[in-house]
Amino acid sequence: MHRFHEPLIFALAASFAAYGADAVKVGAALSMTGPAAVYGTAQKNGIQAAVEDVNKGGSLKSVRLEAVFDDDGSKKEQGINVFQKFINQTRASVIIGPTLSTTATAADPIAQQSKVPVLAISNTAPTGITDIGDYIWRDSLTEGQVIPGAVKKARARLGFKTAGVLYGNDDVFTKAGYDVMKKALDNEGVQILETQTFAKPDRDFNAQLTALKSKNPDILVISALADNAASIVTQARQLGYTGPVLGGNGFNSPAFIKNAGSAAEGVLVGTAWNSSSQDPANQAFLKSMRDRGISPDQFTAQAYAGVLIIAEAIKQAGMKGSREDIKAGFAKVRDLPTPLGKFSFTPARDALHEPSVQQVKGGKFEILQ
Amino acid sequence: MGQQAINGIFLGSIYALFAVGYTLVFGVLDIINLAHQAVFMLGAFFALVLVGTLHVSIAVALPIAVLFSGALGILLDRIAFRPLRGRADSNLAGLITSIAVATLFEAIALQLFGPDTSRFPFGTFPERRLQVGAAVVSTLQLGIVAISVVLMVILTYLLRRTRLGRQIRAVAESPRAARILGIDVDRVIAASFFISSALGGAAGVLFALAFNSLSPDVGRSVELKGLAVIILGGMGSVPGAVLAGFAIGLIEVFTVAYLGSSYRDAVSFAVLFSVLLIRPRGLLGRAALREA
Repeated sequence: MHRFHEPLIFALAASFAAYGADAVKVGAALSMTGPAAVYGTAQKNGIQAAVEDVNKGGSLKSVRLEAVFDDDGSKKEQGINVFQKFINQTRASVIIGPTLSTTATAADPIAQQSKVPVLAISNTAPTGITDIGDYIWRDSLTEGQVIPGAVKKARARLGFKTAGVLYGNDDVFTKAGYDVMKKALDNEGVQILETQTFAKPDRDFNAQLTALKSKNPDILVISALADNAASIVTQARQLGYTGPVLGGNGFNSPAFIKNAGSAAEGVLVGTAWNSSSQDPANQAFLKSMRDRGISPDQFTAQAYAGVLIIAEAIKQAGMKGSREDIKAGFAKVRDLPTPLGKFSFTPARDALHEPSVQQVKGGKFEILQ
Repeated sequence: MGQQAINGIFLGSIYALFAVGYTLVFGVLDIINLAHQAVFMLGAFFALVLVGTLHVSIAVALPIAVLFSGALGILLDRIAFRPLRGRADSNLAGLITSIAVATLFEAIALQLFGPDTSRFPFGTFPERRLQVGAAVVSTLQLGIVAISVVLMVILTYLLRRTRLGRQIRAVAESPRAARILGIDVDRVIAASFFISSALGGAAGVLFALAFNSLSPDVGRSVELKGLAVIILGGMGSVPGAVLAGFAIGLIEVFTVAYLGSSYRDAVSFAVLFSVLLIRPRGLLGRAALREA
């Protein structure tokens, strides 16, 4: 009896080993619950679709990608747990995520210590992410990259010469956004006529907006979180301000349009993804999403691009998918066609591609051509 | 200038409406009701449910929400204040139970509505802009100021001219004397809570309409401001609260416009401080002798 079975068991074990070597595990730590759940869901869709598309496309020959999802709960502690699980139990070759910058600052150092490469797909804090170490990479543009591009494009289009600036001075994110905006406006030679501030708990912005409006600026530039952003824009319109408004990344949310309603019309926001790009890589992405009945946003596109970048890294490493191979492969990614455009990494392992500007039209974000 | 004055009067009218209810309960009971801000918030949410989910017109929803807030006030009196009445330390104990009720109300709102900002549907209040010289006033702003003023006039009339008003004033003067004169003190106190909370709820609805944002912690932003208003106006003085409400609204707006938003509260409280130095009983407060 034994003699008959031994070869069979051998063959089975061999095929398992072969399969195991070829399935590259991608751990995705995403915010499926908690305040960032909207983003996490969009990201999961993007990763799932991209893994299927890459495996079907056969560009990796015998290597297969396998996505493993877990919920970081929009929280630091849970993010750390998920990372530890991916590193020690799942034995993932690469980790995608976590969704929020704050969670990344807590979880990424663990991956760095264990020498597991991480690809961030939505962390936009300018500092404190990729500076954690040489295993941390990202495909999401930072505030510091999106806003100057947005200011430049919006100025080329609208030709404004003067601006009024309003920002939240009690929040790290909105203050950092303001610093970038001020620098971008200065670089473009736009004169800032008046700067006003507010605090997160404020609900009444009439005083600030009246002061700004009285200087007659060509454009209002605002750095605020989505909640405040909606109130600010609504109150500006109520005060009779009819000019253009340019917002920071806090505006880049459907919640902003929902709460500001018709007041949101015409508001300009920088974005990392040009949804109407005719680029073949973007068209392929859009088709893939249409086939699955998903309406994609910037977060879906960045997640999808993340998987393409990992696939390219494996290819660059000679169809090998170990942790070290993928890290080495990332460094060789150059001008990779993705839904975000031609993608490369900067020497500091941050994303490098062209940002776009979108404008609210008919209750939806549309790309400003 | 003109526009900022309008902004100040607009904000001040809401502060004043919030504060008259606050000061009324203080005048009657000598208790600061720190749950007033939670009633303010729940009143606004109640109107939001009526308008947003049940598609009731705001003209109907506002009075219903005001009655609902008034009823909350009676409930508040029953659970937080009445059981403690007559105790030697009832002022302090009442202050603390009112904080507990505020926390409870906020937690309920958090469960029901979540932490995100909600808002009234668009076009809840017919909105048109009117040009006044160089300034712009919206019909919404005019409506809010008008509703606040009307409610405050009604309150003044009620306190000065009606039987209930006389009873409330009698209880404020001396609960014991009032009881000897045959006044049902508990009923009068419940009525004061009803009126106070009804006005607080009305202020909440108007605030949410005015600034397009409503969340379970919305009351916190007016709570301290309201306290400053009633101290500035003179504790327990309704006309004082009205005057101080408009004053603080105007001060805030001009501070933000000319000094920056970081000084918003600093200037309001500095004014409060200096007024108290010169006139410890507040602008229209009665001398504290009565207490002795």
